[in-house]
Amino acid sequence: MNRRKEAEIKKALAYEAKRKEERPVTSEKEKQIENMKKAWHKFSRNKLSVVGLIIVCLIVLGAVFAGYITPYPEHASAYVDFANSSKAPSSRFLLGTDNMGRDILTRIVFSFRGALYMAVIVLLIAVPSGVFLGILAGYLKGSVLDTIVMRITDVFLSVPALLLALAVASVLKPNLTNAMIAVTVMWWPWYTRLVYGMATSYRNENFVISADLIGAGKFHIIFREILPNCLSAIFTKMALDVGWVILIGATLSYVGLGEQPPTPSLGQMVSDGSRYMPDAWWMTVFPSIAIIIIILGFNFMGDGIGDMLSKGDGKDE
Amino acid sequence: MNFKRFILHRLLLSIIVIFGLSIVIFCIARIIPGDPARMALGATATDYALENFREENHLNEVLPVQYVYWIGGVLRGDFGISTMTSRPVSGDIMEFLPATLEVVVLAALFLVVGSIFLGTLAAKHRDSVLDGLIRVFSYAGVAMPGFVLAILLMLLFGYVWPVIPVLGRLSHGITSPPSITGMYTVDSLLSGDFKTFWNAFLHTLVPALALCAGGMFQEARLVRNAMTENMGRDYLAAMKGYGVPNRLIMNKYLLKPSLIPAVSCMGMDIASLMSNAFLIEVIFGWPGISKYGMNGMLAKDLNAISGVIMVFGILFVGINILVDIIVAYLDPRIRLGGGK
Repeated sequence: MNRRKEAEIKKALAYEAKRKEERPVTSEKEKQIENMKKAWHKFSRNKLSVVGLIIVCLIVLGAVFAGYITPYPEHASAYVDFANSSKAPSSRFLLGTDNMGRDILTRIVFSFRGALYMAVIVLLIAVPSGVFLGILAGYLKGSVLDTIVMRITDVFLSVPALLLALAVASVLKPNLTNAMIAVTVMWWPWYTRLVYGMATSYRNENFVISADLIGAGKFHIIFREILPNCLSAIFTKMALDVGWVILIGATLSYVGLGEQPPTPSLGQMVSDGSRYMPDAWWMTVFPSIAIIIIILGFNFMGDGIGDMLSKGDGKDE
Repeated sequence: MNFKRFILHRLLLSIIVIFGLSIVIFCIARIIPGDPARMALGATATDYALENFREENHLNEVLPVQYVYWIGGVLRGDFGISTMTSRPVSGDIMEFLPATLEVVVLAALFLVVGSIFLGTLAAKHRDSVLDGLIRVFSYAGVAMPGFVLAILLMLLFGYVWPVIPVLGRLSHGITSPPSITGMYTVDSLLSGDFKTFWNAFLHTLVPALALCAGGMFQEARLVRNAMTENMGRDYLAAMKGYGVPNRLIMNKYLLKPSLIPAVSCMGMDIASLMSNAFLIEVIFGWPGISKYGMNGMLAKDLNAISGVIMVFGILFVGINILVDIIVAYLDPRIRLGGGK
């Protein structure tokens, strides 16, 4: 009886060892797949998030392959065809043509490029700098650095982003790069404020205090202990902010402080088209709808990412 | 911290913020690549005139000294001469600000009243058609840039259904009322001229609507969500049990705590309302300070830009203090300094 039990235990242990030896990779992979399934479940619980994801994917694909999928790629630059100017939507020009005879659909799809480019660059610069300042000020709460950084942040947050961005863009030369500079200058304080709040609360948590006690350096505590805990909030905000940056970008280009013609941009198309209202309504209405759809898409997707990352990152649940 | 000290603390903080803002604005006005004197006087100006201009405006000093001169002027209400209108910027601002305030105040009024009204209605009739409509509009309000809404409203009321005038402040043939506050609606009321008042009011309507619509539906959602969340609270059930009339419960004990999240957002919303005015005034041909500022920006009129942004910054900070005070009034936890 005893021997049999022993043999059974041995067998089980051997099996366990074998299993560990043989399938460490697959089990890790399975775990990953499991995690991804969980994350997708959380994301897709709200159907609007899925709609947002589809919209965003279509827009990104459209921007990347604009040259192949649009009917008249040559219309995306300085192209003039007065024979077809201001034509109403038809089977030849699905969304009509503008006053130069250029296909509106083509120009809308090409303008996604500038909009996405702007959002990506602005966030790539503004988020790391804002996060860095916020986490530093939050960890060193009460220091001179904290006071200086947070008071500057307050100043920038006291005036709406659009207004200061307009001012900065207007004193610079009007082009896409300067519009991006203007928006970036206005964008980092939001991340500083966000991360600052989290960093000040985490610095009193046990995991930070114990890391401090075993002699971890400040650098390690800030970037290895505190930062990973802030990431999900930062990513959620970033996903939502893509839409906002595009909105401000469209506003800047609407007043002529963004991308310059002949390169198409949504705001500029709306503003050019509005001069031909109401007869040539398609010149204004379709680019406007495009703006609304982009921003809705990013907002819905951002909400979904927020759901996905909330409560335990979808990993350790 | 008691209520008075709370307000005092906020006031002191905002003075620091406004001071910081003046530095930021000064830096923006000076980061320009190029010669401010040349920009002010144009390409044909002689060297002598340029030198004179620099001397007059202290442009030969180092930047901190220039800032001290500038802020000294600002504190006395002197923002310099606008290169666009060749008049003092402060005079221009005094002339154009009332028109903007007229629209913004009406829009803010719409925002507050409309959002509370719609939110309460949606909370009362949960999952009804109205509730769904408000949800759809709040999504659209998030995604629709102010200028798009303005253009669409312009199309609707200007061409499709011309029942309300959309351009300018008064119709042709109606003389402007005697200037008391500079706001046509208020002035005409004060001088008892109801016909002018009605005309001026109608002209304010569409721009105000274009300004507030996006924020209004979002606020309505916030009010609605807070109300439906609070509806399940024990204290309301207790009140119902005591026999407190349903109406009193709805309008007082449920509404008041449910307004807190919406009011804290309203400050931001009213602020963004004013920045949206920058585009909307241009579209509706509204001769306000935003249109003036926008023209200044396009003409690179540095004094006008810095003056307008300074005024807006002070207004925003003021609105935020006001909102903080209202939130403190609504939320005794803040007012009395207990809890978080």
